[in-house]
Amino acid sequence: MSITAVVKKNTYFDSVSLMSISTRANQLPGVVQAFVAMGTEMNKGVLGSLGLLTADLEAAGTGDLMIVVEADEGADHTELLTEVEALLTQKAPASGGENAVTYRTVDSAASGTPGANLAIVAVNGAYAGREARKALENGLHVMVFSDNVPVEEEVALKQLAHSKGLFMMGPDCGTAIINNVALCFGNAVRPGTVGVVAASGTGAQEVSVRIHALGAGISQLIGTGGRDLSEEVGGIMMIDGIRALAADPGTSVILLVSKPPAKAVESKVLDEIAKAGKPVVVYFVGGTEEAVVAAGGHFAASTQDAALQAVRLGVDAEASVEEPDPKRVDELVARLTPEQRYVRGLFCGGTLCDESMYAVLDVSDNVWSNIQKNPERQLPAGSASTGHTFLDFGDDEFTNGRPHPMIDPSLRLARLVEEAKDPEVALIVMDFVLGFGAHEDPVGVTLPAIAQAKKTASDAGRHLEIVGYVLGTDRDTPGLDEQVAALDAAGVTVTRSSTETGTFARETARKAHRA
Amino acid sequence: MSTPATSLFSSDLSVINVGLAMFDRDITAQGAQVTTLDWTPPAGGNPEALAALDALEAPEVAERIAAANAEAVERIMSARPMLIGYGRALDVVPGMTPTTILHSGPPITWDRMNGPMKGAVTGAIVFEGLAKDLDEAAEVAASGQITFKPCHEADSVGSMAGVTSASMYVHIVKNETHGNVAYTNLSEQMAKILRMGANDQSVIDRLVWMRDVFGPMLKEAVEFTGPIDLRLLLSQAIHMGDECHNRNGAGTLLLFQALAPGLLQSSFTTAQKKEVFDFVASSDYFSGPTWMAVAKAALDAANGVENSTVVTTMARNGVEFGIRVAGLPGQWFTGPAQKVVGPMFAGYKPEDSGLDIGDSAITETYGFGGFAMSAAPAIVALVGGTVAEAMGYTRDMGEITTAENPNVTIPALNFQGLPTGIDVRKVLATGILPIINTAIAHKDAGIGMIGAGITHPPATAFEQAAVALARTVA
Repeated sequence: MSITAVVKKNTYFDSVSLMSISTRANQLPGVVQAFVAMGTEMNKGVLGSLGLLTADLEAAGTGDLMIVVEADEGADHTELLTEVEALLTQKAPASGGENAVTYRTVDSAASGTPGANLAIVAVNGAYAGREARKALENGLHVMVFSDNVPVEEEVALKQLAHSKGLFMMGPDCGTAIINNVALCFGNAVRPGTVGVVAASGTGAQEVSVRIHALGAGISQLIGTGGRDLSEEVGGIMMIDGIRALAADPGTSVILLVSKPPAKAVESKVLDEIAKAGKPVVVYFVGGTEEAVVAAGGHFAASTQDAALQAVRLGVDAEASVEEPDPKRVDELVARLTPEQRYVRGLFCGGTLCDESMYAVLDVSDNVWSNIQKNPERQLPAGSASTGHTFLDFGDDEFTNGRPHPMIDPSLRLARLVEEAKDPEVALIVMDFVLGFGAHEDPVGVTLPAIAQAKKTASDAGRHLEIVGYVLGTDRDTPGLDEQVAALDAAGVTVTRSSTETGTFARETARKAHRA
Repeated sequence: MSTPATSLFSSDLSVINVGLAMFDRDITAQGAQVTTLDWTPPAGGNPEALAALDALEAPEVAERIAAANAEAVERIMSARPMLIGYGRALDVVPGMTPTTILHSGPPITWDRMNGPMKGAVTGAIVFEGLAKDLDEAAEVAASGQITFKPCHEADSVGSMAGVTSASMYVHIVKNETHGNVAYTNLSEQMAKILRMGANDQSVIDRLVWMRDVFGPMLKEAVEFTGPIDLRLLLSQAIHMGDECHNRNGAGTLLLFQALAPGLLQSSFTTAQKKEVFDFVASSDYFSGPTWMAVAKAALDAANGVENSTVVTTMARNGVEFGIRVAGLPGQWFTGPAQKVVGPMFAGYKPEDSGLDIGDSAITETYGFGGFAMSAAPAIVALVGGTVAEAMGYTRDMGEITTAENPNVTIPALNFQGLPTGIDVRKVLATGILPIINTAIAHKDAGIGMIGAGITHPPATAFEQAAVALARTVA
């Protein structure tokens, strides 16, 4: 048998703890006898009577910790001492008591939640960059929901994320579906093999819902943030997203959705198509077919077309969509007065607004909007409508200081009642967005304003047509059917996709003009 | 090949949610893990402080700071303060003169002092024989003949007004590990006392007795006992239910137990020894100043650790609250002294309270006092909380500190060490301010202690410190 003794100078433990530590040290394999105690005269006396008191131990003071281990022949003393010393710092986790653990910072939450892999940052834009950076530094993928994040900060965050192989989705990014979990604004869609990378929130929601309606599902949906394809940001997240989906065995086809990208960025992004090794469908609102086809991609002219092509290429070659009945528009036009010539679109979703506006632009240049690219046709948020008007209530001008219209519909409701008074209005087009993060009953909250608008028009001897599109699925709460039924009952004409909504608006604009 | 993206796609999603609680509900409903932060704007939303915080958290800077802070807390935790004696301030405190008066907190001039501090200063001037009465003492104080100086700038700490004059006896506490020495006045026990602003004849008479009997007897006692290991006593007292700022019952018994043989062997009469024994027994606070000197001796060892963002001083003069930081030795960062919230003695109301005062927050700076509230469940009633809240206080302080002190542990938290080394950056990042247990002095001179409770430093002191640190460190 052999004995090892160590004196840890200037190290204090209370006697009760030391008794417990000694007990556990005695249970270690290879230990014959272990003694862990402060260097008091009494303890040294005990060691002396055991014949264990060495000169080093004799010199220990009351503030010094003595560790004495008597071990089996051949035992590794260094290892045993390490094991005994580990007992000194080993503690049971503190009990939770009445207060559950709450974290104040990303750092502490990340270290307290070992499995964490993604952070949602939805704080004021002035602080969002900092929180996102903390999350990236902790190895977390990030989704920045906040808006008003300076573009330089976005670039820095995306470069940092890229260097770490992490996603930095956003800012101003409403939508993502990761591992079948919808984050922030998103719909309950079927799991599947279509992977989406989208620079537009409602555009992403729309294609995911259309894919679901076609019987297919989503593998991953990566929201890049609205500015990702700008010159400054350079498509960092979209390119990383394409590469991640290309490498993802659960993804059979990739669908890209964006508002019109900067030219140089567009070609950089399209360059990724050839490397993907999977079919890639591209829907860039207002984009051109040549560039996409030249890059080896599949060009989509609408959200419906994008969803359909993706499903046909990656899931079901036979998938199809029922064409809308053109007679519906003819029947409407027949009921209009000669004055009623204009379409008014009141939208929550930016891409939905865009899609209908671009459709009407095909037949008229008298199209006004707060999101018009043509500066001569821009309509500031406070102005009355003129000609064909399309308002995106989710744009910064309207949301400044108030929640998104998907949550707080009050501005849009007031506008609906206002538009009904205009004798030139032939058609009002609205979207209703269901799903996570959205209003709990978007149709229900609008019904009184719809009734009032209809009454205003009929009191003035006019028919007022309202077209409503419900973006949602049978899995959302409330469900799609319930919301559609409520619109039906209120005399609203229901369309089945954003694309069909645009077509209805375009045909009404075209035919009402002619009438 | 495994990348962060493939690993995300193949793992269960676990989200850290910052900012909007509604996402917590949605993600939970979809069966994924979510941890939602209790988030407030960092640095209180002050843009300059936030920029400084960002600069101090930049990876290469943070790395330097982490090494410096590890060094600072190592110094604090390995410091071994020993009670090596008692002596007259004039004889032992560096820089002391017959006309020097030390006070608590950051520097302050006579005209700006609050009621309790003015009361204590005039009382001390009379006690020192520099004026015949309190009125004349006020003239002397205003005349420029008196050198006012923070205790902290004379290796000292002083509870409440902290007023320490030449003839008063002080503890001499030597940090055996690093060699530095800290000093602090003796407890006057009672409530109607000089440090609380009282200054009538009974107060002066007691100071005279302390100078002539109590102090000299303590001095002799330690000459007999030899140095007393105060960190050992502190650890034991905390195991016995003290937090050693507002509750000192166990610590006082332990200290008295260590001193008693020496007191008995001293050259004083039995009648005088009985007076001293009775005086010690009259209040549990006897050891309160002793633990302050322990903390001071340990924290001073960390002053001057370059690049460190660890707080080494929190002190209040009744008008301002000041902090000092290891990496910026000698600089004070101040903000307004805060109200103290807590129970009051019968007959007093919150509006009678003077603002937060005293160097005793040195105990929290070290990691006990309010930080060790979980060790002293007996006094959570005093500070208006439940036992569970007391546990929470210590856990919260863990969020703003650098290490756990293995030498001083808290039984109720499974022997977790004291939360040690307040980090200026963590205070700003979390929005959690240090919690301080303290006494309440009447706002007017001449009255004394009227209650006890808890308070916090002003956030602005930490914001300024961060800005200054960013300038030197980042």
